[in-house]
Amino acid sequence: MERSNVDITNLQIGFGGLKVLENLDLHVDASEFLVLLGPSGCGKSTLLNAIAGLIEVKGGQIQIGDRDVTWAEPKDRGIAMVFQSYALYPRMSVRKNLSFGLKVARTPQDEIDSRVGEAAKMLRLTELLDRRPSELSGGQRQRVAIGRALVRHAGVYLFDEPLSNLDAQLRAELRVEIKRLHARLGATMIYVTHDQIEALTLADRIAVMQGGVIQQLDTPKKIYREPVNRFVASFVGSPAMNFLRGRIVRDGGPAFIAADVRFDLNGYAFRSLLSDAPAVLGIRPEHIEITGSDHPSAVTARVELVEPMGADALIWCRLTDGTAFSFRSDADIQARAGDTLALRFPAEAFSLFDDQSGQRL
Amino acid sequence: MTALAQSLPVARPRKRMTPARWGLYAFILITALYFLLPLYVMIVTSLKPMAEIRQGNLLALPMSPSVDAWIKAWTSACTGLTCEGIRVGFFNSLRILVPSVVISIAVGSLTGYALSLWRVRGANILFGAMMIVAFIPYQVFIYPLVRVFSFAGLGQSLVTIVTIHTIFGLPTMTLLFRNYFTSLPVELFKAARIDGAGFYQIYARIMMPMATPMIVVAVILQTTGIWNDFILGLVFAGRDNLPMTVQLNNIVNSTQGERAYNVDMAATLLTALLPLVIYFGSGRWFVRGIAAGAVKG
Repeated sequence: MERSNVDITNLQIGFGGLKVLENLDLHVDASEFLVLLGPSGCGKSTLLNAIAGLIEVKGGQIQIGDRDVTWAEPKDRGIAMVFQSYALYPRMSVRKNLSFGLKVARTPQDEIDSRVGEAAKMLRLTELLDRRPSELSGGQRQRVAIGRALVRHAGVYLFDEPLSNLDAQLRAELRVEIKRLHARLGATMIYVTHDQIEALTLADRIAVMQGGVIQQLDTPKKIYREPVNRFVASFVGSPAMNFLRGRIVRDGGPAFIAADVRFDLNGYAFRSLLSDAPAVLGIRPEHIEITGSDHPSAVTARVELVEPMGADALIWCRLTDGTAFSFRSDADIQARAGDTLALRFPAEAFSLFDDQSGQRL
Repeated sequence: MTALAQSLPVARPRKRMTPARWGLYAFILITALYFLLPLYVMIVTSLKPMAEIRQGNLLALPMSPSVDAWIKAWTSACTGLTCEGIRVGFFNSLRILVPSVVISIAVGSLTGYALSLWRVRGANILFGAMMIVAFIPYQVFIYPLVRVFSFAGLGQSLVTIVTIHTIFGLPTMTLLFRNYFTSLPVELFKAARIDGAGFYQIYARIMMPMATPMIVVAVILQTTGIWNDFILGLVFAGRDNLPMTVQLNNIVNSTQGERAYNVDMAATLLTALLPLVIYFGSGRWFVRGIAAGAVKG
C-alpha cells in the first residue's frame, strides 16, 4: 500500500467575499496520523475538503505524494474519505457500497472480491455484506463507510468527523478501532474533529485551528502541556484549564500575584523576557495538589462544590477574593462545601499568557 | 396471563359527539355528494338507452342497463368526418403520452440534478429564468412556437408535440428533481465523486435509484397534464395525431339530429379513465424514506 505525504503551501480558500483560509501551510508526513482540531466554523472541514478536491481553492498548492494535485479530480488524488453522515449509497448492499469505486475504475473482478473481502474481515463486516445500509446500526454503517475508504488502497485517508453521529460508547469503541487500523496499515490519515479527546487519543500530531488559522501544530502531549495561547489552552483538556487573572512581578524572585495570593514562578520556563505586566495564569485541574497548611507556598481556598467522577473527584473552590477554579483529587476526599483547604500550585505546570494578546509568555 | 390481559382490555376513552363534530361530518358528507353526484349522473346516463334518457329522470337508475353506448363511443362514434370512435384518439394520446412522459422526466431530472449538485455557472439565474417561464400562460408562446417549428421544417407532427410537451414540462420537472436532490445529503455526492464516478454515473447509479418517489410524482403530474392537454395537441400534433381530448370535443360538439347523451357520457368517462387509473394505482408507490440508511437514521 502506498503511503503519501501531504504538502500544503500558501492555501487560500474563500466563498464569495468571505475568506475561510488564508496563507495556510501544512505538512503531513507519510504514515502520520494528523488531527485537525477546532470549534465549528474554524475551517478544518474546509481544509479537508480542499485536500479531497471537493471544493475549489483560490490560490496556493496542494501536493499529495510529491505530486501537485491542486487542480486534480478527487478520484485522481490517491485519497479516500469517510464522512460524518456515513454517506452510504442507500440503494446498494454493503458489498456494492464497498465495490462501487473499484467497479467504476474497472478493477478486475477477482481483485475487487479480494479487496472487499479483506476490508470486510478487518472491520468485521463479512456477515453484513448482503444487507442494505438501512438494515445496519449506526456503528455498523460507519464501519462500512471506513471499509469503503479502505478498499481504495489510497495514499491518504481523510476522516471528516466520522464519530460525531455516534453515541458515546460506540464512539469510544470505534475510536480504538481506527487507532488499531492506523497502527496496522501505517497509512497516512488526516482526521477532522471538534472533540479534543479524540484528537488527544488518536493523533501523532494535532493542528489546533481557529478562524481559519492553525494556532498550534504539535504532538498531543505538547499541545496539552504547553499550549501556545489561551485559545488552545482552553479548547484542549477536560475538565478545562483554570485561568486566574493577575500580574507578574519580578521583585523578590518572579511571581504571579492574583488578588492577595502570591504564586511563586520559580521553575516556570519563560518563553519571553520577564517583565512586570498583567497576565493570565493557566493551570490544569490535575496539577493542583492538596498540601499541609504549613507548606511555605500553600494557598488557602474554600470548597464550594464537589463533583464525584468515579475514578476521581473534581473540587470547585474559590480563593479569598472570589476567583473560582477547580482541581482534581482522588475519589476518597472528605472535603465538603464550606471547608478550607491548603493547596499547592506547582510552577512547572503553569501556562502563563499575556493579558492582551493571549500568547504564551 | 394472556387470558387475563384479554379479559381486561384497556378502556379507550370514547369521543363525545359534540354539535361541532356533527356539523363537521355533515359538511364533509355534503361536499362529497356535491362532487360525486355528477359522476353518478354520468355513469348512470352512459348505461341508459336514449329512450330512457328522454324521460328526463336524471337521477334514476337505468331500468335496462346496457353497454351499447360505451361500445359505440369506443368504436363508431363520429369524430368529425370519420366515424371510428374515440379509440383513435385514445391510441393517438397514448403515442403522444409515452414518449413525452419518458423524455420530459429524463430531461427534467437531468437538469434538476445538474442544477442542484454541480456548481453550474449561473445555475441560480438559469433556474430563476426557468421558473419565470413556468408562470407565463403558455398561450403566449403558441404563435411564436408555431412559427419556429414550421421554420424548422417540423410543422405539425408527433415529434413536434412530444418536443412541445417536453419543453413545457421542463420547468416543473426540473423544480421537482432539483428540490429533491438538494434535500439529499451532499456528502453522498461527494462520496461518489471520490469513488470516481462521473456526471452521468452519479446520476444513473446513485441519484436516480434514490429518486423513486419523485419519479412516481413526476409520472403522475406529467401523465395527467399531457393526457388532459387540449390546445397544444390541437395546434401541434397534426390531423393524424389528434389526442383523445380533441376527439372527445369533436364527438360531443358536432352532433347531427338528436344529441346522444349516453354516448357523450361514455366517451367522456373513457377519456377520463387513464388519469383515474394512474391516481388510484400509484398511491401505494408513494413510499417515504427511500433515503433512510444513507444518513443517520
